[in-house]
Amino acid sequence: MVSVKEIQGAAGLSGDQLLDIYYKMLLARTVGQRERMLNRMGKGPFAVTGEGHEATQVGTAFPLKPGYDWVVPYYRDIGVALTIGQSPRDLLLAHLSRADDISSSGRNMPSHFSDPHLRIVSGSAPVATHLPHGAGIALASKLRGLDEVTIVYTGDGGTSTGDCHEAMNFAGVHKLAVIFVIENNQYAISVPTRKQFAVEDVSTRAEGYGFPGVTVDGNDVLAVYAAAKDAIERARRGDGATLIEAKTYRLVPHTSDDDDRRYRSREEVEQWTARDPLVRYRGWLKEYNVADERKLDGLHEQAAREVDEATEEAENAPTPKPESALTHVFVED
Amino acid sequence: MTAIKEAIKTHGLTEKQLLQMLEKMLLARALSVRQRILQRMGKGPMTFSGEGHEAAQVGSAFALRPGVDWVFPYYRDVAVAVTIGMTPVDILRGFFARRDDINSGGRNMPSHFSHLGLRIVSGSAPIATQLPHAVGAALAAKLRKLDEIAVGYSGDGSTSTGDWHESMNFAGVQRLPVIFVCEHNNYAISVPWRKQAAIENVSIRAQGYGFPGVSVDGNDVLAVYGAMSEAVKRVRAGEGPTLIEAKTYRLMPHSSDDDDRRYRTREEVEAWSAKDSVAAFPHQLKELGVLDDNAEKEINDRVNHEVDAATDQVEQEPQPEAPTALRHVFVEKERS
Amino acid sequence: MPEKTMVEAIHDAMFEEMKRDDRVIVMGEDVGEGGVFRATEGFVAEFGEDRCMDTPLAESCIVGAAIGASLNGIIPIAEIQFADFSHPAFDQIVSEAARLHYRSNGTWSCPIVVRTPYGSGIHGGPYHSQSIEAFYAHVPGLKVICVASPYDAKGLLKSAIRDPNPVIFLEHKKAYRAFRQDIPDEDYTIPIGQAETKREGTDISLITYGMMTHHSLKAAETVEQENGASVEVIDLRTVSPWDKERVLESVRKTGKALIVYEDNITGGFGAEVAATIAQDAFEYLDGPVTRVASPDVPISPYSGILEEYILPNPEKIAEAIRKLAAY
Repeated sequence: MVSVKEIQGAAGLSGDQLLDIYYKMLLARTVGQRERMLNRMGKGPFAVTGEGHEATQVGTAFPLKPGYDWVVPYYRDIGVALTIGQSPRDLLLAHLSRADDISSSGRNMPSHFSDPHLRIVSGSAPVATHLPHGAGIALASKLRGLDEVTIVYTGDGGTSTGDCHEAMNFAGVHKLAVIFVIENNQYAISVPTRKQFAVEDVSTRAEGYGFPGVTVDGNDVLAVYAAAKDAIERARRGDGATLIEAKTYRLVPHTSDDDDRRYRSREEVEQWTARDPLVRYRGWLKEYNVADERKLDGLHEQAAREVDEATEEAENAPTPKPESALTHVFVED
Repeated sequence: MTAIKEAIKTHGLTEKQLLQMLEKMLLARALSVRQRILQRMGKGPMTFSGEGHEAAQVGSAFALRPGVDWVFPYYRDVAVAVTIGMTPVDILRGFFARRDDINSGGRNMPSHFSHLGLRIVSGSAPIATQLPHAVGAALAAKLRKLDEIAVGYSGDGSTSTGDWHESMNFAGVQRLPVIFVCEHNNYAISVPWRKQAAIENVSIRAQGYGFPGVSVDGNDVLAVYGAMSEAVKRVRAGEGPTLIEAKTYRLMPHSSDDDDRRYRTREEVEAWSAKDSVAAFPHQLKELGVLDDNAEKEINDRVNHEVDAATDQVEQEPQPEAPTALRHVFVEKERS
Repeated sequence: MPEKTMVEAIHDAMFEEMKRDDRVIVMGEDVGEGGVFRATEGFVAEFGEDRCMDTPLAESCIVGAAIGASLNGIIPIAEIQFADFSHPAFDQIVSEAARLHYRSNGTWSCPIVVRTPYGSGIHGGPYHSQSIEAFYAHVPGLKVICVASPYDAKGLLKSAIRDPNPVIFLEHKKAYRAFRQDIPDEDYTIPIGQAETKREGTDISLITYGMMTHHSLKAAETVEQENGASVEVIDLRTVSPWDKERVLESVRKTGKALIVYEDNITGGFGAEVAATIAQDAFEYLDGPVTRVASPDVPISPYSGILEEYILPNPEKIAEAIRKLAAY
């Protein structure tokens, strides 16, 4: 019997790790679906989720050291947050803007992940403004002589911004330990990539900043993992930044306020649904005897239970006190 | 030598044009020098010398159609300005902040070139903000189906800005009739190129925007002219933008407020002075038989005379009337 | 006369101007599919992708390219998806658009409109709720308009598009679909810089703009019914240049001024109105010039509980009216 580690494509991961990856993807999917459902039920005014992006998000986050490495996500990165160590409860508390929401105690929109212990850095909504933050964090690591790695995420739309350029250029000049992950899902809300940039692979821009750019099938979690692992090791040994462009697809509208029928066909969505990264990976796990149908179904049930429990906790959790709106404008001595 | 002959043949430059190019370079040099002297004499608070950049500026601007193509220069581009058609009086009125200064009536700093009829568009001081404007003018030309090219000039420091990136990207997506000329002189004030970017040639970035980038010896006026002519051809064939990186050197400090001894050696400056295009080009033309000592003297005399006359004239001209400071906040007439 | 919502009125203003003058184009993110608020619905079908142009995600370049295009015979309407996203374009707006005409001594001008949804009250959180008028009202060379009513929006947007100067056109997003008004079929414009007295009164002049106009009208109604204080509500509509004469005329009549704005109180535009009244109507005042605005806290937190706590609303405004009336 071939050891899991020897399986081509297993990238040196153990059986448990391979299943953990699957579970994280599953959890991300389940949380995303739950948030959209809660929104439709009128329980949370807004939902922005990442169904379709799970392989990219879990695959890139998995090789990091949670709580040591720095994570600067954007609003679609449920899979990243969960992989680094946030729980469904954390995310649902934010979705329902509860007082104990660790990201912002209900101040920021949901999916604006933040957790000081896990070093997930609070972000905003304007696109790519967090990329210079990522470069800056990595600069600090370098100045302090630490081998922390910073990973920054954005979408294809993010690559057109001035902030993206300035951050990457800075990272290149200073040879910073930062990884830029572009989750290229082919749309910036309704704007297709052919109107966003005039190249096929935006990863080719990395050359212009003096570091490598890698294009990867963002729906193949182990390919993503392998690329990320390389980039993280590169950064950690002081060789500088990497740009990873993960080609993927958003299976749901941009947010709960978007109607994607206005700009893409159901045929296209169906085609990509057929390439669902979860289904694909599940197939791989079975093919290589990492897990059987029963085990995998068990994980689905576990995820469902976990999200159900988290939903109930979050729904019953207290809301913020109104006057707390006035606190934390400044650091209070 | 053969290379130059080739270049001239390829680009169809006549003797007359070669001499015009030379004269523009000499005029720009004379204006830079004159402003430096005037500033040191206390006659004007500020100047930005273009000394060293003449080949890059004249070579590129010479390929354009004054008054048809749109020019978005930056503050070092005195040679661009004179090539497109601004006069010594125009330039010095900006220096002296005179009432009749066509650039800005004394409102903008000197070397913030602007001339409506020549389609040289008024710029500001923040770096690279003019590049989106160049893109917009090109967009308008495309939408209106006009045969017009827009050119955005800037320095190496500008390539780090968000506006540079956003402009290039938009131009590439829309395949606009715009050319970006980067006058790469190795310094953004005191910051050397190695602290600005982690690559050798910024031109390689163009491929990330879907169009070609070319690096050229910015001290070789014909090489620059050649690159620019190619870029112009591309644009007019509907093939979209080009990024031209002209490698050159600023022989003087960034501005009259800068002391460049603080960040570069005299040896380095001297080494580049030896490659000064304003000295090299006449030499090349003489070798070609296009210029002789007499003709050179004639051109120099004419240029110096023009600059002297302009200085004398403009020094006597009136300053703006103080209350006019309140005018032109808004357009004072209805739009047509 | 058909009834329209504000976003429909805005849609129609642009559509009609684009038909009237083929130099007018609209450019921005997602405008092609109709825009995230549907303001450009049907534009591509009518005008094509060149005149209703999806841009890359790059606010500085959207405004900068609009400036450039306006130099060369195009009248661009640059749409910024949310006011909160306009800050990367701040330099292009303030250093370039506002200054171009002045710095070139009247040579070049920049007939652009930068239009964007602004304002709070829709669970938008800190990045889909900001008020930005104070930043731009402060800058010479820009005109700044804040609309929250369909009729005003259409007439003022047309004026903005026809104005040869750069105009920042702020559309209160909470008002996009909240109200309907009769809109004339015929072409009409409203002059920029003209306020409107939306309610006549004799005891207090309440000066406001944006969504606060609607809240103020409600508050005025409530107070009048309760105890008879008669409040005159003036909607500035244009924040810069603002209609000083209309406001001062009212204060001279009532002797009391209450200024209501959604933005943070410190340095918000209402502070300018207050200072002007205090100086130019001093002899007519029977009470302190008072402001109702949001506290100095980022507008606005996402949680409905927190958002409601921060924002002025009809109850808070009514309370302030009563207090000033009693002075």
